[in-house]
Amino acid sequence: MESADSKPSILRFDGVNVAFDGEEALRDLTFEAREGESRVIMGAAGSGKTVLLKTALGLVKPDSGKVLVFGRDITGMGERELFDIRSRIGMLFQEGALFDSLSIEDNVAYPLLNQRSIHCPPEQVHPRVEQALDFVELGATLAKFPSELSGGMRRRAAIARAVVTEPPLMLYDSPTAGLDPITAHTIITLLIKERDLSQTTTLMVTHRYQDGNLIANFRYNSERRELEPARNGASLRARTTFMVLKEGRLIFEGDQDSLEASQDVYISKFVKPRE
Amino acid sequence: MLDLLKEPVYSIQEFSLLAGRAFRNIFRSPHYSDDIAFQMDTIGVGSFLIVVIVGFFSGAVMALQMYHALATYGQVGKTGTLVAITLVRELGPVLTAVMVAGRNASGIASELGSMKVTEQIDAMRALGTDPVQKLVTPRLIATGFMLPLLVIIADFVGMFGGWVISHFVLALPSKQYWTSAWQALDGNDVAQGLLKPFLFAIVIALIGCFYGLRTTGGTQGVGRATTQAMVMATVLVFIIDLVVTKIFVSQAA
Repeated sequence: MESADSKPSILRFDGVNVAFDGEEALRDLTFEAREGESRVIMGAAGSGKTVLLKTALGLVKPDSGKVLVFGRDITGMGERELFDIRSRIGMLFQEGALFDSLSIEDNVAYPLLNQRSIHCPPEQVHPRVEQALDFVELGATLAKFPSELSGGMRRRAAIARAVVTEPPLMLYDSPTAGLDPITAHTIITLLIKERDLSQTTTLMVTHRYQDGNLIANFRYNSERRELEPARNGASLRARTTFMVLKEGRLIFEGDQDSLEASQDVYISKFVKPRE
Repeated sequence: MLDLLKEPVYSIQEFSLLAGRAFRNIFRSPHYSDDIAFQMDTIGVGSFLIVVIVGFFSGAVMALQMYHALATYGQVGKTGTLVAITLVRELGPVLTAVMVAGRNASGIASELGSMKVTEQIDAMRALGTDPVQKLVTPRLIATGFMLPLLVIIADFVGMFGGWVISHFVLALPSKQYWTSAWQALDGNDVAQGLLKPFLFAIVIALIGCFYGLRTTGGTQGVGRATTQAMVMATVLVFIIDLVVTKIFVSQAA
């Protein structure tokens, strides 16, 4: 079997520092996500989780250090060069960040029409949008506007927009924040479905340990269309690594067992024992 | 002391960079013509009624005021002259710009500010669009095109307002009013009357976008950005007005 370390590097942070108005958001952050890997990033509010994702997308420039995406150093890239890299990354923003002025169909079609490196023929735009919306089970909402949908539906439409270009790397910023437990479970099911059906590398920021637990221990059964247990990556091609950030610093990186074994007071705040 | 200066200098730098990128994008693809048309409709057609109303009443008031001032010198026949000159040189451009600043600089700032705090601007960048190209440049082009047109309308409606007062209230002969108004205007007046709104438009659009795009701090931040944009755009309109007037007056002398 191929060892995880021999797989190509998808995202690498090398001693990254980011500061806003003199306040450090990320401090000397170093990690590497390899192809097919899932990473669950936890930490208190303001610990730099969102900044980490935005730095990976090139939306935030590091003050020092290097960020390599698909093996290419994006730190010195201009905005136009970055568009090419970003077209291969799907991002779910915290509240979805759907464009209010566009219908759901136009929102989901947006990356197909605007990302120049995607080259989607015009006649394929509509079928692909429908396919992406069917994936998140929102097929009937094409003509609706974001304000007409519930919070959970908006989040699902935003996932459809992120996956419509079939990117090999997915970033999710608190996908379940502000949702009720049932909707939150639906959203995580979609994340796992996307990961397992498209073999994407996944980074998920969350403050809910149960989300990370689902990512690490469940897989999507496409026949029964539901999650099924796959204890600690057994028969899962995806390996899950947990990361804990504290005031911009990476204080933990490892698998779920060592996370749960940690005696650190800050870390154990996020960890609830498995049922 | 240095720290106090840092913030305004930084803001001016950011504003200049935004302005530079917005102008450069006019000549770069992709061009969002739908957005330009939509903004022209919002800014131009949307401001039409208020500009007509303000233009009419300012012309009417000028006629009343000037008539009584001129009566002191026995020169009431020059009412049309004064109404035309003040409208074309000053009141038309400045009042229209203040109206549009109130309506659109704040509107642009609140729209872009809401997009900023809900991460829609970041999403736009993540999905392959330059927000300056998609949001700022269309607003700049639309305002730059529509504000001079609105000023021309305001000037004419204002002169009409002046005529209504002159004719019906002050009983001046129509021919005398229109002849003196027409003869009063020369190329210099028309040039500054059209250059001013063009410059005001650039300031209104860019200030609205600048404050919108730098919004932080949730809905409260959007409110703050909206107010700041309107105040700053209005103040700059008056400052630019003085500078342009000074240049034209010196030239005429």
